[in-house]
Amino acid sequence: MLTEKNKLKRLGNQLFFTGPTMLFFAMAVLIPFIYGFYLTLTEMATPSSPAVFKGFHNYVDAIRDTRFWDSMWLTIKYVGATVVLVNVVGFALSYLVTSGLRGQNFFRTAYFTPNLIGGLVLGYIWQFIFVQSLPSIGEKLGIEWLRLGWLGDEHMAFWAIVIVTIWQSAGYMMIIFIAGLISVPKDMLEAATIDGANAWQRLTRMVMPMMIPAFVVTIFLSLKNAFMVYDLNFSLTEGGPFGSTEMVSMHVVQKAFVEYKYGVGQAEAIVLFVIVALVTGFQVYFSKRMEVEA
Amino acid sequence: MLARKRISASSLYVLFIVMFVVFAFPFFLLIVNSFKSNGEILESPFALPTNLSFAHFGDAFEKMNFGVTFFNSVIITAFSVIFILLFSAMTAYHLVRRPSKFNNSFFAVMVASMIIPFQSLMIPLIYIYGAKLGIIQSIPIPLLIMLYIGFGSALSVFIYHGFVKSIPLETEEASFIDGCNRRQTFFRIVLPMLAPTSVTIAILNVLWLWNDYLLPSLILIKPQHYTMPIQMKVFNGTYMNNWELLIPAILLTVLPVLIGYMFGQRFIIKGVMQGAIK
Repeated sequence: MLTEKNKLKRLGNQLFFTGPTMLFFAMAVLIPFIYGFYLTLTEMATPSSPAVFKGFHNYVDAIRDTRFWDSMWLTIKYVGATVVLVNVVGFALSYLVTSGLRGQNFFRTAYFTPNLIGGLVLGYIWQFIFVQSLPSIGEKLGIEWLRLGWLGDEHMAFWAIVIVTIWQSAGYMMIIFIAGLISVPKDMLEAATIDGANAWQRLTRMVMPMMIPAFVVTIFLSLKNAFMVYDLNFSLTEGGPFGSTEMVSMHVVQKAFVEYKYGVGQAEAIVLFVIVALVTGFQVYFSKRMEVEA
Repeated sequence: MLARKRISASSLYVLFIVMFVVFAFPFFLLIVNSFKSNGEILESPFALPTNLSFAHFGDAFEKMNFGVTFFNSVIITAFSVIFILLFSAMTAYHLVRRPSKFNNSFFAVMVASMIIPFQSLMIPLIYIYGAKLGIIQSIPIPLLIMLYIGFGSALSVFIYHGFVKSIPLETEEASFIDGCNRRQTFFRIVLPMLAPTSVTIAILNVLWLWNDYLLPSLILIKPQHYTMPIQMKVFNGTYMNNWELLIPAILLTVLPVLIGYMFGQRFIIKGVMQGAIK
C-alpha cells in the first residue's frame, strides 16, 4: 500500500478527496443543525432584525402550543396507519410479482410508477379524483359517501392522504421486498413443502423471518417519510378543512415562514427531530436483534 | 393438480390486473381529460374526449413557462447529481483506504445525520443564507445546488463506502507499482470500477432532486428560477379548479419523467433495489 512520504502530501490528499464533501456537508447539514439549537434560544421581531437571547422561552412556547401537539398527534396517527398499510400492500405486491407468472416484470414496472412523481404533483392528480371524479360517480350511482368530496370532510381528508401515500409508496417497498424474497433459498422452501408445510406456514414461519433485513429498511423508510410528510399534505388538503389535516411539518413551516416565529418553529422542529431519532433508533435496534440466519 | 394450478394462475392474473387498474387509473383519467374543455370535464370525467385538441396543452405550456421551468429543473438536477457522484466517490474511497480516527468519526457523523429530518434544518438554513448572508437573494440556483450536494452526500458516501470495500487492493497496488499516485489511481482505476454503483446512486438522487419541493420553494423566489414542482404549485394556485388548464399542466410535468422511465426502467428498478440492500 502506498503511503505518502511527507505529512504535507498526506494532508493534501485528505483535503483533495474529502474536502468538497466536508465543505458542502457542513454547509447544508452540520452548521444549520448546530446553529438551530442556538436559534431556539433567541427571539427576533422579524427575520432580519437582531436576535435577542431568550433562554428556554421558545421551548416553553412550543410545549404550550396546542396546535403543534394536535398536528403531532395527527402525524403519529398518520405514521401508524401508513407504516402498517404501506408495508402490508408492498409485501403483498412483491409476493404477487415474484409468483413466476408471465408478464410479472411489466406489472412490477407499472406498480412502481407513482414513485417517479413527487408528492406535490401526485397530490394535484388525486385532487382531481377526490374533488371531481369520485363525486361524479357518487352522483350517478347515488352513493352518498362518494358524492361528498372527501377532502372537505375532516375524517375522510385524513384517509384520503393515507390512501394516496399507500398508492405512492407501496411500489417502492415492493421493490425492496422483491430483493429480499429473491434471497430466500428455494430449496429450503421445497424441503418445507415436502415436509407438509402449507403456503401460509411457509410464508409466516420461513419467508417472513428471513426477510427481516428487508423489513428493517422498509419500516425505517416508511417511518421517516411519514414523520416528514409535507408535499402530499400540502397539495392535497393544504391542512384543511379548518386545519384539521395539518401535520407537524406543515405546522413548522407555517410557524416559521408565515408567522415568522423562527425560534418557536425551530424548537418545535427539534422536538420533531428527537421523536424521529428515538422512534427510528428503537426500530432499527429491535428489528436488528430479530434477524435470523438461513 | 394441473387444473388447480391453472385456476390459481388465472386468479393471480385477475389480481395483477385489478392492481394494475388501481395504479394506472389516475394516469388514465389525466390523459382522457387533458383533451376536454371544462364543460366536458364537469359533465363526465370518465367519458372519452370527443375530439383530440391539443389547444389546452399549448395554453398550459405557455402559461407555465414550460421551457424555462424545465431547463431550470434539468440544470439543478444535473449539476447536483454530477457533483454528488464525484465528491461522494472521492470521499468514500479515501475513508475506506485511509482509516484514521478523524475519518472514521466523519463517516459515523455522516451516517448518523441521515436520521435528521429536513424540517429541523430548514429554518436555520433560510436564516443563515437568507437573512444573515443574503445568498438566497443573490445566487439562489448555485446555492440550491451546493445545499443539494451537502444533503445528498451522506447516503451516497454510505453506498459507495460499501462498494469500495469490495474492490480488491491488488488492483490498486498494481497501479501504484506502475507509477500512478493516489489521485491517478482513483480516477483511472477505482472510479471506472464504481460505475454500476454510480448508476444506482445517480438514480436515487435524480428521483429525489427532480421532485423535491420544500427546499426549492423556500429558496427560489423569482418566477424565472422556478423548478417544475414549484411552477406546478403556483399554477395550481392561479388556476384553481380550472381543470382544462390544470390537467394538461400536470401531464406536461409528469410526461418527461414517464418518458425517462420508459427507457430506463430496468436500471431504475435495479438501482432502487441495490440502494436499499446496502
